[in-house]
Amino acid sequence: MLTLTLILLPIIAGLLTLSTKGENAKVIALVAALVELALGAYTFFAFVPDATSQFGVSYNWIASAGIKFSVGIDGISLILVSLTTLVVPFIILSTFQNNYEKASIFYSLILFMQAGLVGVFTAKDAFLFYFFFEATLIPIYFIAAIWGGENRIKVTFKFFVYTIFGSLFMLLALVYLYIKTPTHSSEITALYETARLLDASQQGFIFWAFFIAFAIKMPLFPFHTWQPDTYVEAPTAGTMLLSGIMLKMGTYGLIRLLLPIAPLGVKAWGTVAVVLAIVGIVYGSIIAIQQKDMKRLIAYSSFAHVGLMAAGIFSSNLDGIQGSLIQMLAHGINVVGLFFIVEIIQQRTKSRELSSLGGITQTTPQLTVFFIIIMLGSVALPLTNGFVGEFLLLKGVFEYNAWMGAVAGLTIILGAVYMLRLVQKSMFGTTTSLTEGFEDLGLTERATLLPIAVLVIVLGIAPNIILKASEPAVSQLLSIINK
Amino acid sequence: MSLAVLIPLFPLIGFLINGLGFRRVPKSLVGVIGSAAALASFACALSLFLNFSGQPEVVHIFDWITIGDFNISMSFQIDQLSLLMLLIITGVGSLIHIYSIGYMHHDEGFGKFFAFLNLFLFFMLLLVLGSNYVVMFIGWEGVGLCSYLLIGFWNKNTNYGNAARKAFIMNRIGDLGFLLGIFLIITHFGTVEYADVFSKVAEGGYESGDKTLMYITLLLFVGAMGKSAQIPLYTWLPDAMAGPTPVSALIHAATMVTAGIYMIIRSNVLYSLSPETLEVIGWVGTATALLAASIGLLQNDIKKVLAYSTVSQLGYMFMGLGVMAYSSSFFHVMTHAFFKALLFLGAGSVIHAMSDEQDIRSMGGLRKKLPITFITFLIATIAISGIPPFAGFFSKDEILAHVYEHNKLMWVLALAGSMMTSFYMFRLLFLTFFGEFRGTHEQEHHLHESPIAMTAPLMILAVLSAVGGFFNLPHIFGGHASLATFMEPLFAQSHIEAHAPNESTEKMLMIVSVIAALVSAAVAYVMYVSKKAVPEADGTETGLQKVVYNKYYIDELYDTVFVKPITALSNIFYSFVEFLVIDLIVEGIGKLVKGISGEARLVQNGTTGYYIFAMVISIAVMLIWGLRIFILG
Repeated sequence: MLTLTLILLPIIAGLLTLSTKGENAKVIALVAALVELALGAYTFFAFVPDATSQFGVSYNWIASAGIKFSVGIDGISLILVSLTTLVVPFIILSTFQNNYEKASIFYSLILFMQAGLVGVFTAKDAFLFYFFFEATLIPIYFIAAIWGGENRIKVTFKFFVYTIFGSLFMLLALVYLYIKTPTHSSEITALYETARLLDASQQGFIFWAFFIAFAIKMPLFPFHTWQPDTYVEAPTAGTMLLSGIMLKMGTYGLIRLLLPIAPLGVKAWGTVAVVLAIVGIVYGSIIAIQQKDMKRLIAYSSFAHVGLMAAGIFSSNLDGIQGSLIQMLAHGINVVGLFFIVEIIQQRTKSRELSSLGGITQTTPQLTVFFIIIMLGSVALPLTNGFVGEFLLLKGVFEYNAWMGAVAGLTIILGAVYMLRLVQKSMFGTTTSLTEGFEDLGLTERATLLPIAVLVIVLGIAPNIILKASEPAVSQLLSIINK
Repeated sequence: MSLAVLIPLFPLIGFLINGLGFRRVPKSLVGVIGSAAALASFACALSLFLNFSGQPEVVHIFDWITIGDFNISMSFQIDQLSLLMLLIITGVGSLIHIYSIGYMHHDEGFGKFFAFLNLFLFFMLLLVLGSNYVVMFIGWEGVGLCSYLLIGFWNKNTNYGNAARKAFIMNRIGDLGFLLGIFLIITHFGTVEYADVFSKVAEGGYESGDKTLMYITLLLFVGAMGKSAQIPLYTWLPDAMAGPTPVSALIHAATMVTAGIYMIIRSNVLYSLSPETLEVIGWVGTATALLAASIGLLQNDIKKVLAYSTVSQLGYMFMGLGVMAYSSSFFHVMTHAFFKALLFLGAGSVIHAMSDEQDIRSMGGLRKKLPITFITFLIATIAISGIPPFAGFFSKDEILAHVYEHNKLMWVLALAGSMMTSFYMFRLLFLTFFGEFRGTHEQEHHLHESPIAMTAPLMILAVLSAVGGFFNLPHIFGGHASLATFMEPLFAQSHIEAHAPNESTEKMLMIVSVIAALVSAAVAYVMYVSKKAVPEADGTETGLQKVVYNKYYIDELYDTVFVKPITALSNIFYSFVEFLVIDLIVEGIGKLVKGISGEARLVQNGTTGYYIFAMVISIAVMLIWGLRIFILG
């Protein structure tokens, strides 16, 4: 029941927001998101750390076809539900300095989006998963297309078509699996059983169908060209939703569907996937080094980071998957923080170009501290949240193949190269005409960045809170894969 | 709570107070808090040392990262090695904190400075206290962060910012090696705890030359190359002199840069079974010692000379490790911490008096105006040059004696390096403190001895530099080699003992190296005092001199071989591969699909938004209703 509440609450709040006018919308949205956060926190602590699915409900959706509206939270879902409920309030709070036109629609879309995301992460029925997976596209599409930058229409269209195109492959695979299922059920666990009946070549096709869908969503090299443009053109709240949470639908999909349904496919093609992911890490990092636009730089860094998550997942060992889960959480928190800092700088200076910035730190001790802490999380300094994930992911990939681990490890060098450049060019050096007299953080800005910075450090010191919650579910998943 | 936990806790608290209260804590209190934190740690470390039972003790604090059966715990190990390191770090650290109260007094970032300095101590203490490789890695990267923050302390200056960035990135290159070494340890031994790893090695019947151990030790050594500035990862350290001088003394001379040596001594069980790695370490150390010393011969910036000297001295320590003279290397870590910290602080006192001038060509004759600085600097110079009975003589000769037994050529090169050391140090001393003043009138007018907060640490370090050698007085001088004896249990699991030469050879070697040092010093005296030579202005050097003065153009080489190609690659990826290869294919496929569906014309006539809207709606409808028909149909 709790799960259903987590899905319905944002929808109801979204409808409520839609019916209000002006300033109230953001307040209602924030309150709703905070209630959802409280609910999410309750869920996290009420969750019994074993391998079962909890707080679930199941209704017949299309009874004759055995398709159910079935949702629940296991250890893997828990991490992503926590991420979703945790990050959305920050995203809403980060918009408090802006006055959007049609604000009520804007905020209701964010809430609808949240409902869809929770749906994806808790769906226990494959078609329900697909439904939510596609449904999330609608709010984010409008957010980007209405409130985005100059090229928003062209860019958003590409993003939209590209991801829809990918999802069709998934739909194809799901229908195929469904037809093959003797019990006439589309429960995800039933599909795991069905997969055993399939031979290696059938699983190979399923592998690729899922792979394309999720690889586009994350995105993985070379399916990523929609991403930097979309991140740059979308309003910052949209970019946060996309990078902070939505891309995790892809990594989650790999864990929830691809690995357990197509283990033989992974055996045959997993190496290709790991190599593509690692190519993406190095390629994305190298591109990030020379970026001039702060937002685009972070977009490429996000692309590189997600490559490491995918590589860890395809290593299909405990370290890789546990690492990817905690990294999804950490990356979601950090990337939201980074994009928010970019937003702050852009609002004050009207620029995101590194060449026209510099010297901001001279008047902004607070912003500097937050920026550096989040940057450290992002370059995976030990005792920050980024380290735990990156350590486990690299260890997972290293166990899979030591050489691949070493190449993937380049991320710790290249990550430092582009992130330190980002900080130095914007914050240090002498001031420019744009950064002269830059004002330090205001109240809502501080209220957004402080908890993020605290989380960066707390999760870095006490990652076991997260790891212990997801481990039983991951172990069970691995035993299904290796059966 | 164990005292061991308090040791890093004090600086952490100091960091939090001065960091969170930046610009709110009164200036008079900032320095007191920072220094008190360091002193409190020193007191705890001393108490632990005095009450040490001789048995290693592991203090478990909490489980940090747990995956299945594999656990990385946050735990500390108190044993001979960590205790000695603790004393050096907190002892020298305290002195440098106190010194900074005077040195940084006029800086507007005073509070920030002490916060960073305390944070550095915290991570450095974590580095040496950790009972496993991952906790060491926390400290390892943490001190790198503080180094970055402090090199770029005056971040308005872009060159300083670049130096900070370079230090961090070069260290990260090393850290990747370290990290891969840790992964290899985990996959091979299933644990990262020192005690478990070493006992598995000791009881596992590993042959000398085992391949796995060789890879592990080599990878860990890559980490050491970065942190301890060895070829090829040394070029960040001279640039790191951009930081305030106390930072150069504490981080870039006395403590952080010796982390690599600490790590290898800590892992001596692994290294002793990896002769190939040891050979690599020995030669890398030798090459670094020589190269850096030769660059030091011609530098004119007081801090740059000391920086190259540090790189060179670290080379000697690695040379010692390479011949398994672990305790001798450690002895040199200790004496070097005394005299090099003293040299840097002395240089700071000079720079302070000279109104931030660092070029020794503009100095001269300072001994009259800065008597305490001069005397203490002189003691440190004698100590580093290896002239008895000061500290450096004993520690360096111990290393040289072991090197002699191992490889005569290496010994000859080491001797050549030590001659250079003596020369560049006395050159520095003479140019700075002797002869006539060569600076401006304004500078001359302003010359003054530093306040007591700065001179007191100088004097304490001078005493230590003078008598530090007696901590490990060798048997031939009637000593008991106390330090080596104390450290012996650390090497119990390493079955191979380093060979020390017999007494007569040892005496002969000592005489040779003392003569060499004295000759160099005399040559420097003749050149810079008797003949009053002053190094030429920049740009007038020729031939080999020019090459050396420009540091063999290694920075330029790295720029050409690494930085520029990666930059170019970045641009090619972004402007060519990204848009003209990948995206064009994607767009092509997209156009193809659109063409087939006959949508292209409509999309292009300006009503795109409308069509996308229609598409969104139809997808939603399809999902909710169409799905049903699709499945059932």
